[in-house]
Amino acid sequence: MTAPILSLNGVNRSFGPIQILFDVSIDLRPGEVHALIGENGAGKSTTMKIMSGYLAPTTGEVRLDQRPVAFGGSQNAEAQGVVLIHQEFNLAEQLSVEQNIFLGRELRRGLFLDKRAMRAQTATLLDRLQCRVHPDARVRDISNPDKQMVEIAKALGRNARVLIMDEPTAVLTNREAEVLFEQVDRLRSEGVAILFTSHKLDEVKRISDRVTVMRDGRVVLTAPTSEMTEDAMANAMVGREMSDLFPRRTTPLGGDVALRVRGLTVPGHAEDISFDLRRGEILGMAGLVGSGRTETMEGLVGLRRHVGQVEIEGRPVVIRSPREAQALGLVYLTEDRKGRGLVLNMGMRENLTLQSLPRFAQPFLDRTAEDAALDRAVRDFDIRAPSRAVRVRNLSGGNQQKLLIAKIMQADPRIVIIDEPTRGIDIGTKQQIYDFIHRLSGQGVSIIVISSELPEVIGLSDRVLVMRQGRLMGAVEGPAKTEDAIVRLAMGLDARTEGEAA
Amino acid sequence: MTTQATRASQQARPGHGINLHVLGPIVALVVLIVAGALMNSNFLSYANVTNVLARSAFIGIIAVGMTFVITAGGLDLSVGSMAAFIAGLMILVMNLLVPSMGAGISVILVGMVVALVAGLFAGLINGVLITRMRIEAFIVTLGTMGIYRSLVTWLADGGTLSLDFGLREAYEPVYYGGLFGISWPILTFLLVAILGEIVMRKTAFGRYCAAIGSNDQVARYSSVDVNRVRLLTYVGLGILVGVATIMYVPRLGSASAATGVLWELEAIAAVIIGGTMLKGGFGRVWGTVVGVLILSLIGNILNLTDWVSPYLNGAIQGVIIVLAVILQRESRPEG
Repeated sequence: MTAPILSLNGVNRSFGPIQILFDVSIDLRPGEVHALIGENGAGKSTTMKIMSGYLAPTTGEVRLDQRPVAFGGSQNAEAQGVVLIHQEFNLAEQLSVEQNIFLGRELRRGLFLDKRAMRAQTATLLDRLQCRVHPDARVRDISNPDKQMVEIAKALGRNARVLIMDEPTAVLTNREAEVLFEQVDRLRSEGVAILFTSHKLDEVKRISDRVTVMRDGRVVLTAPTSEMTEDAMANAMVGREMSDLFPRRTTPLGGDVALRVRGLTVPGHAEDISFDLRRGEILGMAGLVGSGRTETMEGLVGLRRHVGQVEIEGRPVVIRSPREAQALGLVYLTEDRKGRGLVLNMGMRENLTLQSLPRFAQPFLDRTAEDAALDRAVRDFDIRAPSRAVRVRNLSGGNQQKLLIAKIMQADPRIVIIDEPTRGIDIGTKQQIYDFIHRLSGQGVSIIVISSELPEVIGLSDRVLVMRQGRLMGAVEGPAKTEDAIVRLAMGLDARTEGEAA
Repeated sequence: MTTQATRASQQARPGHGINLHVLGPIVALVVLIVAGALMNSNFLSYANVTNVLARSAFIGIIAVGMTFVITAGGLDLSVGSMAAFIAGLMILVMNLLVPSMGAGISVILVGMVVALVAGLFAGLINGVLITRMRIEAFIVTLGTMGIYRSLVTWLADGGTLSLDFGLREAYEPVYYGGLFGISWPILTFLLVAILGEIVMRKTAFGRYCAAIGSNDQVARYSSVDVNRVRLLTYVGLGILVGVATIMYVPRLGSASAATGVLWELEAIAAVIIGGTMLKGGFGRVWGTVVGVLILSLIGNILNLTDWVSPYLNGAIQGVIIVLAVILQRESRPEG
C-alpha cells in the first residue's frame, strides 16, 4: 500500500464555543479514490475545507507528503497541489474555456499573452480528460459535465496531486456522472489522490476504493469499499437500521379523479401528455433528466406556455399563472430549492408566508399570525434552525427543504406537485419527508412526485408514469412497478407506446 | 455546512454588523446636524430648517418612490427629465386654460390633475417597456430620460416656459404657504414618507418588492405576479414625480431644459445612502428620508460656512455615496 499523500491526524475544529469536528483522522493515497459520506451536518464540508486550506484545524495536524503542513489559505494549498472543487462551479461564465483554465496564471511572452502556448496546454489537458469541448467555447454555453471537466482541467493545469470534490455528481444526470467517473478512473490510474462526497451510495460503491463515514463530527469508520454494502453504509451514516424507509399506504384510495390532464403540450419540452390523478393518490413521475418531467409540470401550473385540457375535480380550468393554479388548490414545489424555492437572504418567516401572503395581509401584514404560522411549521415539519432570525441561506439543505414544503402547504393545496422532494438531503430527513407525503395523502391531498431516484419513486408512489423525450411512455403500478420496467420505458426499450395512462 | 457551524457564524457575524447598518445613516445625520449647529448659529433657526426641508421635499418625494423601484431590483434614470417635462406640460395646459377659465383655483386643480396623470402614464410607459417587453430598466429609462428632456426643450422652444403671471400668484401658496407654520411641500413629503414606510413594512406589496429584488424567480414560483408588482413600482414613482412637480412649479413658476437636472442621481443617491440595496432585495423608506436630509444638509452647511467652497458640494456628496455603499457591503452577512 502506498504512503498517504495528504492526511488529517486527530483534527478538532471549533467555531466559537461550538466544536464541529472531533478527532478526525483520514488519509488520501495517490491513485486511490476515497469517498466521504455522512448526513448533512456530519462535518464533511468542514473536513474538506481543512484538507484544502480553506480552514485551519483548531488542534491536530494536516500532513502533506507525511510532513506537517499549515496551508494558511486555499491558494497556498493549491500551489502545493491540493485543489478543492466546489459543488457550485467556480468558473467565470463569460470567459472561454481556455481563459478559465489559465485564469490568474496566464502565460506571457514579454508584455503579451502567449496564446499559442496556452492553446497547446489547454488542448493537452482537455485531451487528457477526453473532453471534447472547444477551448474557445464560452463557459456559460457549455453543459454542466463539461463545466466540471473544465474545473478538473483547471486543477490539473495547476499540477493538482490531490483533487477534493464536493458532491461532484449533484448537478449531473446519471449519464453525465458516468462520463465523470470514467475520467476519475483515468486520474486514479495517473496517480492522483481523489476525495469526493456524495449522497448517492450506488455511486460511492461504483467508483470509490475506500470509504469514510462521518456522523456528528466524528469518523465512524473507514473501510475498503469492497467490504461494505450500500445498506451497511447507510446504517453507519444514520447510526440505526434503515428498515422501512417508505411507509405503507394505510388508507384505501378512492375513485374520484382530482386532476385530469388531456393532451397537455409544452412547446419544446412535452407533447400530448394525458393522465388522471386520483384523490389522495401519490403518483410518481420518472424518466431521465431532460425527459420533460419538470417542464410538463411547470406548464401545468402556468409557469410555462402550454396547451391542453385540464380538469380539477371535474371542472375544466384554464391555468395561466402559478397564482391561478394556487387559487384552484394546485401548487408546485420546485426542484431548484436555492434558485427558485427560497429567498436565501430572507428569514424563515418571510419565506414561509411568501406564497400565501394575502392571507396574512388585511390589509396590513399580521406579524403575530406570521409568527404563529412559523411556530406551527417548525413543529409540524421538525425544522431545526439555530434561531428564528436565521437567514434561510444558513439552514442545512434538509431544513431548507422542510421549510419549502411548509411554505407551499401554507396555501392549503388539494393537489401538490413535488419535484425531487429529497435531492441532496440526508437519509434521516428523507424519511421524515416520505412520512409527511404519506400523511398528506392520507388527508386526501393528491400528490405528484417527480424523482430521479428510482427507489424513491417506486417506494413512495402508488403508480409511476414514465416520460421519455417529452412523451409519456406508460405507467406502471402494483407488482409491475419495478426498476427494470421503469428503466426500460425511460430508455425507450419497450415497444409499448400508450398515449394515455389513466 | 454543518448546523453547528451555521450557528457559530450566526452568533459571530450579523449582530453588530446589522446595527451598524441601521445606525450608520442616523449617526451621519446627527453628526451633520451637530456640526452645522456648531459652525453657524443660524443653522438651527426656523428659517434655515424650513428652507432645507422644503428644498429636500422634491427629491424626497421622488426618492420614496425610487426606494420601491430599487428594492424590487429596478432603476429609473428618467425621473429628473420626467419632472421637467411634466412641469412644462402643466404650465402649457394651465396657460392655455387661463383665457377660458380665468386665473383661479380651478385651473390650478386641472394643472395638478394633468401632472398626476402625466406622471402615471410616464411611469406606466417605463414599466410596460421593462416588464412586458423585457428590456433592461437601465436602458429603458436612459432612453425615456433623453426623450423627456428633449420634449421639454421642444415645448419651451429652447427657452423657458413661464406660468401666467396671474396664475403664479394664485399658485404660490402651494409652495410658500402651509399649516401651523410648516409649508405644504414639507407636509406632503412627510405624508408620502409615512405612507411609503407603511407600504414597505406592513403590506404584501412591500414584501413582494423585497422578494422580487432578492430573487424574482423565487417570487414567480411562489405565485407572486412579478410583472404587476414591478409595473406598479414604476407607476407609483411616476405619480410621485407628478406630486413633486406640483410642489415645484409654484416655486419658480417656470420650466426649462435645466429643470430637474440630476434629480435622478440625487434621488438614487438618497436611497442608497439610506441603506437600500442598489441591487435590490432590501429597502427602507425611513432610510431614504435620512439620505435625502443628509444630502441637503451637506449643501446647506457648505453654504452657511466658508470652510469649504460650496462648489465642492458635489464632490462631498459623491464621497458620502461611495462611503455608504462601502458600509453596506461590509455589513452584509455573506457575499
